[in-house]
Amino acid sequence: MDTFIQQVLSGLATGGIYASLALALVMIYQATDVVNFAQGEMAMFATYLAWTFMNAGMSYWTAFLLTLTIAFVGGVVIQRVVIRPVENKPILTIVIVTLGLLVILNSMAGWIWTYLQKPFPSPFPREPIRMGTVVLGTHDMGEIAVTLVMLALLFLFFRFTPLGLAMRAAAQNPLSSRLAGIRVSWMLALGWGLAATFGAVAGIMVAPILTLDPNMMGGIQIYAFAAATLGGFGSPVGAVVGGFLVGVVENLVGTYVSFIGTELKLTVALAMIIVVLLVKPSGLFGRTHVRRV
Amino acid sequence: MSAILEVEKLEAFYGRTQALHGVSFAMEEGGITTVLGANGAGKTTTLRAISAMVRTRGAVRFGGAPIESKATEQIVAMGIAHVPEGRGTFVDLTVEENLRVGMYARRNKRNAARDMERVFEFFPILRQRRKQHAGTLSGGEQQMLAVARALMLGPRLLLLDEPSLGLAPLVVREIFRILRLINQESRVSILLVEQNASLALDLADHVFLLETGRVVLSGTSDVLKKDDAIRRSYLGY
Amino acid sequence: MARRAGVILAVVVIAFAYSLPLYMSGFRLFQFTQVCIYAIALMGLNLLTGYNGQFSLGHGAFYAIGAYISAIMMDQWNIPYGWTIPTAGVLCLIVGFLFGRPALRLEGLYLALATFSLALSVPQILKYFEHWTGGSQGLVLSKPKAPWGLKMTEDQWLYLLTLTVTVLMFVFAANLVRSRVGRAMVAIRDNHIAAETMGVDSALYKSLTFGVSAAYTGVAGALSAIAIAYVAPDSFNVFLSVTFLIGIVIGGLASVWGNVLGAMFIQFVPNFAQDISKAAPWAIFGIFLIGFMYAMPYGIAGGIKRIWISHVLSRVSQKQGGEAVSTTQAQSPSR
Repeated sequence: MDTFIQQVLSGLATGGIYASLALALVMIYQATDVVNFAQGEMAMFATYLAWTFMNAGMSYWTAFLLTLTIAFVGGVVIQRVVIRPVENKPILTIVIVTLGLLVILNSMAGWIWTYLQKPFPSPFPREPIRMGTVVLGTHDMGEIAVTLVMLALLFLFFRFTPLGLAMRAAAQNPLSSRLAGIRVSWMLALGWGLAATFGAVAGIMVAPILTLDPNMMGGIQIYAFAAATLGGFGSPVGAVVGGFLVGVVENLVGTYVSFIGTELKLTVALAMIIVVLLVKPSGLFGRTHVRRV
Repeated sequence: MSAILEVEKLEAFYGRTQALHGVSFAMEEGGITTVLGANGAGKTTTLRAISAMVRTRGAVRFGGAPIESKATEQIVAMGIAHVPEGRGTFVDLTVEENLRVGMYARRNKRNAARDMERVFEFFPILRQRRKQHAGTLSGGEQQMLAVARALMLGPRLLLLDEPSLGLAPLVVREIFRILRLINQESRVSILLVEQNASLALDLADHVFLLETGRVVLSGTSDVLKKDDAIRRSYLGY
Repeated sequence: MARRAGVILAVVVIAFAYSLPLYMSGFRLFQFTQVCIYAIALMGLNLLTGYNGQFSLGHGAFYAIGAYISAIMMDQWNIPYGWTIPTAGVLCLIVGFLFGRPALRLEGLYLALATFSLALSVPQILKYFEHWTGGSQGLVLSKPKAPWGLKMTEDQWLYLLTLTVTVLMFVFAANLVRSRVGRAMVAIRDNHIAAETMGVDSALYKSLTFGVSAAYTGVAGALSAIAIAYVAPDSFNVFLSVTFLIGIVIGGLASVWGNVLGAMFIQFVPNFAQDISKAAPWAIFGIFLIGFMYAMPYGIAGGIKRIWISHVLSRVSQKQGGEAVSTTQAQSPSR
């Protein structure tokens, strides 16, 4: 039983990372129908920036906040400069642009910081938390806490601020939003900024575990796709719930099913995607779209 | 009274296709004008041209200020609220959130709470449903919501595109009654595009008739209602 | 008039292509063999995605199936390579058709995700069935020699063989897209509900398109096994599928010519990028990708078509004496 609780909580911790990246993907998809294939690499790049700041002597949380700010600005800039020229073009054209971005970021990271793996600090103490007979990793618990705080802030922003409302409106109905005086184009840019911020959080939280290297986020991105598919690409709440679920399932399957080693763990994620798509493509929280002919 | 809206030789284009071929008219402040015409005559395009939702050539002046080269968002901020065809409801937001979106571009934020009260007085059903998702409202209620949302801007001019579309006559009459009330109480000028000519003529002071992108007839609604020949040939009743 | 010009151009290009072995040899020629192979694979994907609107991020899987069918036939049963090509095509046709049936329920993004997941799992599946596939080591094959005692190198023979298969398959594809079937495919892409009300059996056509698309890519895979004389699981990873997608978008969706252009892009631009920067070649490649999409958002073939259309259209409207209205896209509210 103790093992079970430990694995569930550990799964929630990794799930929080999947949730953050999945949320980033879904936020952009909801507003633009585009899957940003470069989301993981943007997160990786931001994490390298954080590493650079910490290496230069900055304290962890200062570097954390500074990186999030830069990630936000970076996301906005990327949307305005790189994506906007092809905003109204066919979806596949935009997809290729995000693929180009992925490749550029990955290559630049390798060039600037080399492909050697770098250790990344965790701000949480090493001593595990003991609750009765259950032993919990402190970094895991810290991860869950950080993820939940970020999600809460985002929820408050969207629910209670005029800007958050404007962003939601712009994502749902760009035409009516323009007629309400909302500058939809800038709302999209802000969406990219927020998505980049959440990606950065995911990267910084996972780097201590995976160690930092340019290909760090590749596997995470696939899990994030699984999470978004499970929860429903049209639902931010779904993405988050999906992320936590995928994390827990991945951990439990890895623990209790003997022949699933690390190699096949990824296959579990893929199998989840296929099963969800066959049974209910719109995901747990998605709504099936009724299309007007 | 001055002209709140002046349109001069307005041309509008969808891509390569020209939809308006030089429309000119003026609207007095505080008045209600209706644009009539058959399907495809260019009524909706006229409203879209004023809101800069389509490519245009020609002059548009709002309260004397030229707006033809401004962006939609700027035009809205100047005080023109456009209720589009099909109402444009934010179906996944609540009624109250819809109204709050309406006041996003509002110049004078201080009286917003008072205006929301006013809007609920005009449309009591919205107060009842304020926490509901707008998509669950009936067609008539969504139309009321759309008008209410537009009013939250605190506009000087309200553009309405076919508010009667898909609604039962009784509901339409009620909405039109409230529109007249709004015009009288808040002194909002209204430019109304309608297919339902008889109801529109009852509401409006001035009329003009579009045919394939050109104004073919204009005048006061009293005169047009009384002229049998014009009514029968152009308005079909 | 445009069609005749197109046919003449095609004949000229094909004649030129056949002449390449006269002044090119070895590695360079092999690269063009690869271009032909990619062109066939891209034609397959383009039929499905460009003409029929079904997004596939997993065509690398069909390429792998074709390659391994050919490799296993040659390695395990000593079947001459010539027979493996049509076999790969037919088997992939069946597999593709079968795959197309469940895929019917998935649209757009969801189909892309499903095919993406499948593409990701291909290397692992290949490694799993070691007995047939030779596991991670793969299978080493022998390069075919020119038949009938013809005096040419293996590379030259392979090139001519591949080129001939390419020409045949392209002629077939060109006729297919111009036929009633092709029009049905496009109708389904543009508005499948409306297409069905016009009597088009959407489900059947979509599955058939999947089958034909898989067959093309499978043939390409078989040819690649023959030409490279080696198959290994890791060369059929998800990047291959992504490369194919890049190829058809750069070349031009719903275009026959585009696939040749796209194939040349994916074959040569990565090398070119490496010449420009040894340190970060993929960054250069990424810049090329983005640059191409800015300059030609509808692909190279799409871009040429648009220049042609606006050129012709502006001349027509001049003749009519009307004021030439500037070229704009169909009006959509810009965000």
